[in-house]
Amino acid sequence: MSETVLAVSGLHVDIGRRSIVRDLAFEVARDQTLGIVGESGSGKTMSVLAATGLIDAPGSRVSGSSLLRPPGADPVQLVGADRRTLRRVHGDAVGFVFQDPSTSLNPLLTVGRQIGESLEIHRGLTRRQARARAIEMLDAVGLPDPARRVDAYPHQLSGGQRQRAMIAVALACDPALLVADEPTTALDVTTQAQIVELVNALQRRKGTAVVWISHDLGLIGQVADDVLVMRAGETVDRQPVVDVFAHPAHGYTRDLLAARPRLRADGGPPAAPDAPALLEVDGLDVVFSLSTPTGRVAVHAVDDVSFTVRRGTTLALVGESGSGKSTIANALTGLVRPRAGTAVLDGRDVLRARRRDRRQIAMVFQDPFASIDPRCSVEEAIDEPLRVHRLGGGGRAARRTRIGELLEAVELDPALRTRYPHELSGGQRQRVSIARALALEPELVILDEATASLDVSIQARVLALLRRLQGELGLTYLFIAHDLAIVQEMSHEVLVLQGGRTVEYEPAAELFRSPQDPYTQRLLSAVPPTEPGQWSRGRAAEYIAPRDAM
Amino acid sequence: MRAVPVLKFVGLRLLSSAVVLLGVLIVVFAIVHLVPGDPVRLALGTRFTQEAYDALRAASGLDRPLPEQFASYVWSALGGDLGVSFRSGQPVTGILLDRLPATLSLAVAGIVIALVLSIPAGMWSALHEGRVSDVIVRISSQAGVSVPDFWLGMLLITLFSLTLGWLPSSGYVAFGTDPVGWLRQVALPGLTVGLVAGAIMTRYIRSAVLDVATMGFVRTANSKGLPRRIVTFRHIMRNALVPILTIAGIQLATILGGVIVVEVVFAWPGLGRLTYDAVAARDYPLIQGAVLLVAVMFLLVNVIVDVLYAVVDPRIRLA
Amino acid sequence: MSEQQPLAPTLPLGDDRPRLASWRLFLSNGLTVASLCVLVTVVASALLAPWIAPYGVNAVDVAQQLQPPSAAHWFGTDDLGRDLFTRVLFAARTSLLVAAISVAFALVVGGVLGIVAGYAGGILDTLVMRIVDVMFAFPVLLLALAIVAIFQPGLWTTIFAIGIVYTPIFARITRASTLTVRTTPFVQVSQTMGTPVASILARHVLPNITGPLIVQTSLSLAFAILSEAALSFLGLGIQPPSPSLGGLLFNAQGFLTLAWWMSIFPGVVIFVTALAFNLLGDGFRDVLDPRQRTIIEARRTR
Repeated sequence: MSETVLAVSGLHVDIGRRSIVRDLAFEVARDQTLGIVGESGSGKTMSVLAATGLIDAPGSRVSGSSLLRPPGADPVQLVGADRRTLRRVHGDAVGFVFQDPSTSLNPLLTVGRQIGESLEIHRGLTRRQARARAIEMLDAVGLPDPARRVDAYPHQLSGGQRQRAMIAVALACDPALLVADEPTTALDVTTQAQIVELVNALQRRKGTAVVWISHDLGLIGQVADDVLVMRAGETVDRQPVVDVFAHPAHGYTRDLLAARPRLRADGGPPAAPDAPALLEVDGLDVVFSLSTPTGRVAVHAVDDVSFTVRRGTTLALVGESGSGKSTIANALTGLVRPRAGTAVLDGRDVLRARRRDRRQIAMVFQDPFASIDPRCSVEEAIDEPLRVHRLGGGGRAARRTRIGELLEAVELDPALRTRYPHELSGGQRQRVSIARALALEPELVILDEATASLDVSIQARVLALLRRLQGELGLTYLFIAHDLAIVQEMSHEVLVLQGGRTVEYEPAAELFRSPQDPYTQRLLSAVPPTEPGQWSRGRAAEYIAPRDAM
Repeated sequence: MRAVPVLKFVGLRLLSSAVVLLGVLIVVFAIVHLVPGDPVRLALGTRFTQEAYDALRAASGLDRPLPEQFASYVWSALGGDLGVSFRSGQPVTGILLDRLPATLSLAVAGIVIALVLSIPAGMWSALHEGRVSDVIVRISSQAGVSVPDFWLGMLLITLFSLTLGWLPSSGYVAFGTDPVGWLRQVALPGLTVGLVAGAIMTRYIRSAVLDVATMGFVRTANSKGLPRRIVTFRHIMRNALVPILTIAGIQLATILGGVIVVEVVFAWPGLGRLTYDAVAARDYPLIQGAVLLVAVMFLLVNVIVDVLYAVVDPRIRLA
Repeated sequence: MSEQQPLAPTLPLGDDRPRLASWRLFLSNGLTVASLCVLVTVVASALLAPWIAPYGVNAVDVAQQLQPPSAAHWFGTDDLGRDLFTRVLFAARTSLLVAAISVAFALVVGGVLGIVAGYAGGILDTLVMRIVDVMFAFPVLLLALAIVAIFQPGLWTTIFAIGIVYTPIFARITRASTLTVRTTPFVQVSQTMGTPVASILARHVLPNITGPLIVQTSLSLAFAILSEAALSFLGLGIQPPSPSLGGLLFNAQGFLTLAWWMSIFPGVVIFVTALAFNLLGDGFRDVLDPRQRTIIEARRTR
């Protein structure tokens, strides 16, 4: 008994002279979720914004048809609709949830007011009536103590709570369609699972049609009934979710499925139990003082953490935001001064090393766009460590040869050496960062979320490169990540952090087979399962923590 | 509204201002002591006699060691005593307070005109970014910023006083004495100050509103189908209020100091003209007093703006 | 088995778009080009003043007093019969000289202070910024007057006063940019690999902060011209017999309706020069400020 809520056909979107989306068609029915998947530049967000009349880029042109059929009302053509029609529809028949909850809410208005606004406009409620409804909505989205929270300001809520409030804002007028644009991408893994459960539950209760946009095929597998795969503005695959996973129609979809990080029963690199210790960290403790408008606040970022990294292996530091994992890396490389602790590498304490001796640990950062000086060519970027530490055999010519070797080692064409960062793709830039790290001939390479900003398919290739280099060159990695599936793929040992403290620390195989700590178990269960549709079948409730643990 | 975060915030700002105030006092104090040559002799000029020289020197305390002079200067300043004028022998504080109202009334007239012009213009220009009206506002505000204020004053006098005869080109009537008269007198100088300040503020306000208009919550507000009026005022402008307050505060303080030239052109008997005369006559205590007064007013305005922040922005109120 | 090529031009957004050359974007703005032309004309005329001026600067000719503009006297004559065009030419020359030197002073001193404060952080940063805060507490003209009061009015006092007064803004801007650059990953990478501080400053920090500096230099040149004119108007800047644009306008006050050319031409020269520097600064900002640039580039594809 599905009635179509939104029917799109022949949708074209151009911005200026560029064609962003071509010939898009899909339908969403009541009580159904359509998942739209694509990597960056696929046009997934633009297409849905265009289909719902919310596009605001200058010079954009939309053609085709997008028919909205709110139950019990006349159908509305959204393409080419005038401003008044769109304002009537938005918030009333269509609700939107955007990616970043910290910027999507007005910091100067209470949460209750922002929920009540659409009720005041579309349903003619008074302020008081709207506030009462807002309390109900906050309760429905699982916010504890809604009667008090309704008068809270966004900055007083956590990230997950803010996104719940956003959902309340979007669903305030009980819309027929909910558009969710990467709603969980900016959230922690455990929070992500809770939001998914929430949206599923609300859908079951109200029969809302949902369009869920994401780059994460694994996540889409858990939320969607139908999947639409996009690439470079074109539709590549469109099938019910089970079929997409079982028989992908297009090679691109197959690649995406293959590249997707998954937890496996036998996953992970071969064990290396007898490798000698390379780095021994003992009792690392870091305290920051943050300056806020009301004075300085002390943050205990790393609390008495100890671990050992064995030569030729990978130790993963896992945790959500605020766990202290990046701070540990920064302490090891001298960017942050610790309050206490030692870190002995090759007989010397790295925490107190002088600048000139900083050759043994190399860092690769997360952001491919900001990791290379935009004014340096690839050659100049890789030349820097060679020059500073007089590596590569001394002399200009010898260094040039070495740079060529390094570029080949990371699978880049040496001819790229004269290019500047803005002329390279994200994946290429990360490879350059890795080459630069290798140029140091370090003992240890720290990879701080090094693949988190890359598209899934690129990520898979870069991880494969890293594994190959470890095998060939005997490299040792400290791998910082929040995605447990990738961690399993790369690591021999795992250390789980929460709030700066060690929660669990053991060989990877043991951790994935039988995690001891409830927090680790929660992290594991928050990874989208390999088989589609597991969470929406209500099994999510078994794994996901109770509400008040937020 | 919890008291503690607000008090802490304001307290920190006051402390910071106190440090700056100390720096200001040092700079002001240094003015008379950096003069190459003998300031008292320079000030007396042709009226020099040994008696007058000794008397003036003693009265100004310039015969005592430096640290002692500084301490005594700060102490007296805090008590309201800023020394005596080299030229007239009158207490500096009295002279300053006498001329302050004229400058204040001109500054207020100027800032009101500036706000009335710049807030709508800046807002409109930002919300219609890239369109013709935006370009017009941007070019006119550029012109306003580039025009010398004394030249603008001269042009306005030529047009409105000498050619059309509508408004007077000089003179002053206190607001308390005769409001209408004051209005007529302040029209041209106020317009001169206001147009230039308005041009400066339009550019900043445009930039501030543009920053807010591109933030995520504006898209959320639009996605709720809220009428344009509500999105513009409740969402965009309310968030732009904080930077606009800052800009207005800085501009007011700048006007207080920058009216010097306008006061000279229009023969307006305020602090600006006073300072100008004092510099020409090398009347150092008076110069020091005027500079100190303006700097203190600037700091005061900043503190008031900060307190307003604490009241308006819930992120500080409820930290 | 090398990495894919960068995304094809038909794809939108992201930094993977082919970038338009900076100078081309710069020159595509009509206003910017016009300002550049105006400035070149003004600067060239001022530099060549001794050779192209038709009369002597102080050639008094009372018989010719208060003549309106004509073929013989392009800008007319003043109350002493001196050719106004010649005087404006030399006055502009002095103004530009004062502006250039004082802004150069402010740029170098303020820039160094700002870089040191921004990169070193800590106590040095606090100290420098407190000093800058103190200087900001004084309105520009007032501080300049105070400096003039200390030393005798004249060419070098004027230059020094304006230079000092504009140093804080350069310090603040340089510090802000340096702070931003210092916390970027690419600088952090250099720090973690042990690159010496001097090398980081020279190769990574300086090249990346030139954008805001160029914009501010252009804007400060505009304000320096205006400040010099104001000081000279008050008789506390360039001293007679050297002509100054402000001084010429001061003179003109007595002849507002009698000899309109005396008040119009010098004022127009100040106005146009300052406006040209301001518009040039805006043009630079459109190209060099990444946020502005995205807006401009997006507008071009319409």
